[in-house]
Amino acid sequence: MTVFDPGFSPSSGYGQTLPPDWPGGFWLHWGVFVVIILVFVLAMVMGFIYLERRGIGRFQVRLGPNRVGPFGVLQPVADAIKVLLKEDIIPAKGDKWVHWLAPVVAFVPVVMLFAVVPFQDGALLADLNIGILYVVAISSISVVGIFMAGWGSNNKFSLLGAMRTVAQEVSYEIPLVLSILGVVLIAGSLSLNDIVKVQSIPFILLQPLGFLVYFIGACAEINRTPFDLLEADSEIVAGFHTEYSGMKFALFYLVEYAEALAISAIITTLFLGGWRGPVLPPFLWFLIKVVGVFFLIFWIRSTIPRVRVDQLMAFAWKCLLPLALINLLITGVEVLVLPEALPWTIIFVNLAIMAVLIALWSKFFQLGGGRVEV
Amino acid sequence: MALKTEPFVVNIGPAHPSTHGVFRMRTTLDGEVIVDMEPVFGYLHRGIEKLAEERTYTGVIPLTDRLDYLASMSNNLAYVLAVEKLAEIPVPGRAEYLRVIMAELQRIASHLIAVGAFLNDCGAFMTPILYMLREREKILDLFEMVSGQRLTYNYMRVGGVSQDVPEEFIPALGKFVKVMPGFIDEYDQLLAENEILLARAKGVGILPKELAINISASGPVLRASGVKWDIRKADPYSIYDRFEFDIPTGTVGDCYDRYRVRIQEMRQSVRILKQALEQLPQGEVRSDVPHLLRPPVGEVYGHIEAPKGELGFCLVSDNSIAPYRFHIRAPSLINLTALRDMIVGWKVADAIIIFGSIDICMGEVDR
Repeated sequence: MTVFDPGFSPSSGYGQTLPPDWPGGFWLHWGVFVVIILVFVLAMVMGFIYLERRGIGRFQVRLGPNRVGPFGVLQPVADAIKVLLKEDIIPAKGDKWVHWLAPVVAFVPVVMLFAVVPFQDGALLADLNIGILYVVAISSISVVGIFMAGWGSNNKFSLLGAMRTVAQEVSYEIPLVLSILGVVLIAGSLSLNDIVKVQSIPFILLQPLGFLVYFIGACAEINRTPFDLLEADSEIVAGFHTEYSGMKFALFYLVEYAEALAISAIITTLFLGGWRGPVLPPFLWFLIKVVGVFFLIFWIRSTIPRVRVDQLMAFAWKCLLPLALINLLITGVEVLVLPEALPWTIIFVNLAIMAVLIALWSKFFQLGGGRVEV
Repeated sequence: MALKTEPFVVNIGPAHPSTHGVFRMRTTLDGEVIVDMEPVFGYLHRGIEKLAEERTYTGVIPLTDRLDYLASMSNNLAYVLAVEKLAEIPVPGRAEYLRVIMAELQRIASHLIAVGAFLNDCGAFMTPILYMLREREKILDLFEMVSGQRLTYNYMRVGGVSQDVPEEFIPALGKFVKVMPGFIDEYDQLLAENEILLARAKGVGILPKELAINISASGPVLRASGVKWDIRKADPYSIYDRFEFDIPTGTVGDCYDRYRVRIQEMRQSVRILKQALEQLPQGEVRSDVPHLLRPPVGEVYGHIEAPKGELGFCLVSDNSIAPYRFHIRAPSLINLTALRDMIVGWKVADAIIIFGSIDICMGEVDR
């Protein structure tokens, strides 16, 4: 068997996922999946909040929430009720409309991301033939919301956080997209459903370097440690959401976790074989992998310190970008020259190349940055 | 085309997550770079120096608890040493040992907070500080055994300590001394060689040797700059000349060195504790001292190596029951004077960790 399955033909566009005898046609399908996605996102975010708080409690030699409900599982519900009852404050000299709109602008695109994520074969809102392009495009809209929050708050810490966001997310978008391209080259399709279908071997094995770059870039994209500069609580209080309270703050909190969920889902789809897996039903496999990726994300959060803003930029441009480009080049060559090669050869070669590159970069690339003469 | 920019002023503090109390930095920023900084303090001023002048010599001890509230035992020790020097009061042998034990335990507890808070400032999301609080709790338990308090101990007295330790204290301390080196190794494993921490702390906020001496910095801040100066060795007080220990020093004087020096000092404190536990004699813990002490007319300066640096008490006596003048040389305040020189030119994130690496306690800065 080859990596590049010759019998496979990419689907031609939207509509293929609908079975011909689907009752109600497009609108019913649309309605059902909108509800599924909203419920899925909200339920998973609640679950993630609980999981992260309990998990980090373990990492930090303490218990974590364990009072509300059995094992504290109702803690997110209690938090939600508390936050709903809080007073909503708009800073006196803040830009009222921008301040009000910002959480919405940040939240909507994150939910929209799930439209193209396949929960199992064909089970997705829209099987766009440009699915991954859609993901990349939509996920960069959240930045606007965060910048609006920073600007509308009329707070210097918020503004600092917002400026950091723009610099950070624009820079990290580039290695992120380049690392996805490797997957697209192998899969031969931009549709997420098709990408899962061709993964008889999870692409994390064929694209180890691509996975690494994507994972790091995604952590920066969703502002998780060590790249959580825009809400760095020890430096700029709470960054862009310093002035937010009540439900609007809750929306930002929701965005943070929904983004983590989205990134986990996309990593699962692109690199971990999506819903594919033996024995268990596909939807369960998808969930297990998503939770696994999220576990990795908050494990990192509770372990390592934060980088500085100039080091962050240097890391994106001097480390991740070249690595992503090299990965793209190698993948391109492999797809062109060795389409018949055994997958294990390619896996071995790619792992070796990744090891060499990382060794090289860790030797010659220093996260430096120093004092500025003023 | 050159963009027109203008500096803007940001108040970091007094209510800010990492100002370690109510310190305020009026920083002028050019983008992320700090071009100027003006420290503002006094938010926690309670007039302790003036209050002490209205109290008897023995009644001042509870006030000293409230100076550096992370190191109350050391404050007590520094004060009673000054009074004993002024009134020439002898101290029983067992009391001397108990004082050293308390002071060294307190040094470990204070350094645990310092290192934990520093790593927290670096952004390590609470994990290191919670690991360190776990061992600090054990020290607080020990202090609770001897004094009944967990924060303001009020344990030392002029001429000794308030009471002998309970019988369960010595085994508990022996156990602590045995397990503590392992825990210090654990702290090292957490982040000491972490690439991000090295990038953040190495070479950042350098305090040159000459400047450190000029501003009369002391404690780990001075030693990290490569000056081998420790009052326990330079001017041995109490019974520190009976113990064997080293003075860890840094080389560069950056944040990383200050962090390392504190970790090393914890190891040395455990060493001292071990020796003190072996040599601990039996006997009285308090000599006979009148409640209304009237020291002879004179002036005295007693100083110790507190966890944060040289803590000194200057007392002037006019042969009355209260000190005529009571002055505190607070190490936090004096180390803080180097802050502006250290952070100008660095970024906001650096300013926070440089400030954290000085390890101040606002109770002592403002007093």
